[in-house]
Amino acid sequence: MFKQQTKADKTILALNAIILTLIVLAILGPLIYVVMASFTDPSTLLNSGLTLNPSKWTIQGYLRVFKDGSILTGFKNSLFYSTAFSIISVSITLLAAYPLSRKDFVGRKVIMTIFIITMFFGGGLIPTYLLVKNLNMLDTVWAILLPGAVNVWNIILARAYFQGIPNELREAAVVDGTSEMQYFFRILLPLSKPIIAVLVLYQFVGQWNSYFDAMIYLKSDNLQPLQIVLRSILVQMQPRPGMMQDAQNTAQLQQIAEMVKYSSIVISSLPLILIYPFFQKYFEKGVMVGSIKG
Amino acid sequence: MKENYQLYLFVLPALVLIIIFKYIPMYGAIIAFKDFNPLQGIMNSPWIGFENFKKFMNTPDFTNLLGNTLKLSAFGLLFGFPVPIILALMLNRIRNVALKKNIQLVLYAPNFISVVVVVGIVFIVLSPVGPINHIFSLFGGKTIDFMTEPGYFRSIYIISDIWQFAGWASVVYLAALANVSQDLIDAAKIDGANILKQIIHIDLPAIKPIMVIQFILAAGNIMSIGFEKAYLLQTSMNLPTSEILPTYVYKIGLQMGDYGYSTAIGLFNSVINVILLITVNQIVKRLNEGEGL
Repeated sequence: MFKQQTKADKTILALNAIILTLIVLAILGPLIYVVMASFTDPSTLLNSGLTLNPSKWTIQGYLRVFKDGSILTGFKNSLFYSTAFSIISVSITLLAAYPLSRKDFVGRKVIMTIFIITMFFGGGLIPTYLLVKNLNMLDTVWAILLPGAVNVWNIILARAYFQGIPNELREAAVVDGTSEMQYFFRILLPLSKPIIAVLVLYQFVGQWNSYFDAMIYLKSDNLQPLQIVLRSILVQMQPRPGMMQDAQNTAQLQQIAEMVKYSSIVISSLPLILIYPFFQKYFEKGVMVGSIKG
Repeated sequence: MKENYQLYLFVLPALVLIIIFKYIPMYGAIIAFKDFNPLQGIMNSPWIGFENFKKFMNTPDFTNLLGNTLKLSAFGLLFGFPVPIILALMLNRIRNVALKKNIQLVLYAPNFISVVVVVGIVFIVLSPVGPINHIFSLFGGKTIDFMTEPGYFRSIYIISDIWQFAGWASVVYLAALANVSQDLIDAAKIDGANILKQIIHIDLPAIKPIMVIQFILAAGNIMSIGFEKAYLLQTSMNLPTSEILPTYVYKIGLQMGDYGYSTAIGLFNSVINVILLITVNQIVKRLNEGEGL
């Protein structure tokens, strides 16, 4: 420190801390409310809001969600779609990004232009839907896994990362008689863990959280991902029949529907929220790499 | 150059998928200019020129839809764009590393919740029997049914968007701020610059290039924003403000099956999108001494 903090600086720093605290509270508020509400007896919640009285707490909502099983099916489907999608998408992205990062790759500019145009202009919803239909991919997992697999922005990120790796490394490998294939798999990829982690995280979370493709392309109940099940519970307010057994009247039905909403939010969001702090160190590094050079 | 064939093989999968799933639909978009009949196919359906576009521009919904789309995007950009920058500047001044990490952990968390769940939370929090109305009633206010009032739709959309994404969006600015050298800050301190002056003369110039790129990208997306969320937040009552071009395209096309007409509306949307992007890029270039995309 060269100098004591001035009075003005102290005020600014204090104000900064207070405002940030308020922002943190504003973000946590709704989340905490939903978690607490999921354990609160619905009639109490309706009449007096959240309660600190343990005799009014209940795990009924959770029991009903598990009784129905559609959330679990959705969970399994989402896990499959997200895993398969990340593998396909990230492999294709890395493979394409490497040649495009090479200044001596003939056709680099043309291919890049072909890719970049699609970032700003597209055929639109209906022509894409008709194509998927004509390819006989409606109501199959391919409709979820293939059309969005190439993400041009991710190719640009990976390309920027590869460009940051010294070319001398490749030249040395070539002198030693290494082929492109060997260089890519044995030398380049092991050096690219941060960017691979970030791309996998992006694609996995993106697929896990998406509902639109499933909404238009999938019809069968047993193929539906978690978000579609959640949409019917949270937004369309139609809990699955299995959750509503033994409701005796409309008022009770409504209360159960409320409870089911809170618990499904908690159950569905918990895994990602729990995993993500462990990823934090990776994605900050990776995002930085991409954003600054991209 | 001999071994380059391996490199072409590397690009091939991406190229094939892009051509199939991006370029074939671009060709398919010509059904906007045809009286499209699925039985006849894209090739054989009769041309009708700009009929679909004329039909759209003459519907009573036209001005409203265009206005809703532009307003939602413009206000979203106006309020949403500065927030991550301010957040990053504020976070950057937290010296306690552990505290900073924890705040970031909270700020990023909503980004990992799905849009469906966020909209679910919005419905819960704003419901007539929800916590916000509960607080209002404690102070003697009237119960408001936020989700059915068209007047609230844009605020709900934009505020919930900021709630969900602003923290995560601040990452790129934080990364840029991390590169500011401490020597520069120390020198400014010796010259008597307080924190506000340091922010204006050191921090902001440091993140300016990223701000420009982020702004152009955001402006380029102005017409394609948030179909997924707008659609979920729609109720039959708030349609006067919540119906935007992308949701309309979905309804006309996939729910009502009017493929050609719907494609025309989507194309109209894309063309405005491209025009906006080019315009903003030009303006930014001029203001920014020739630096744009």
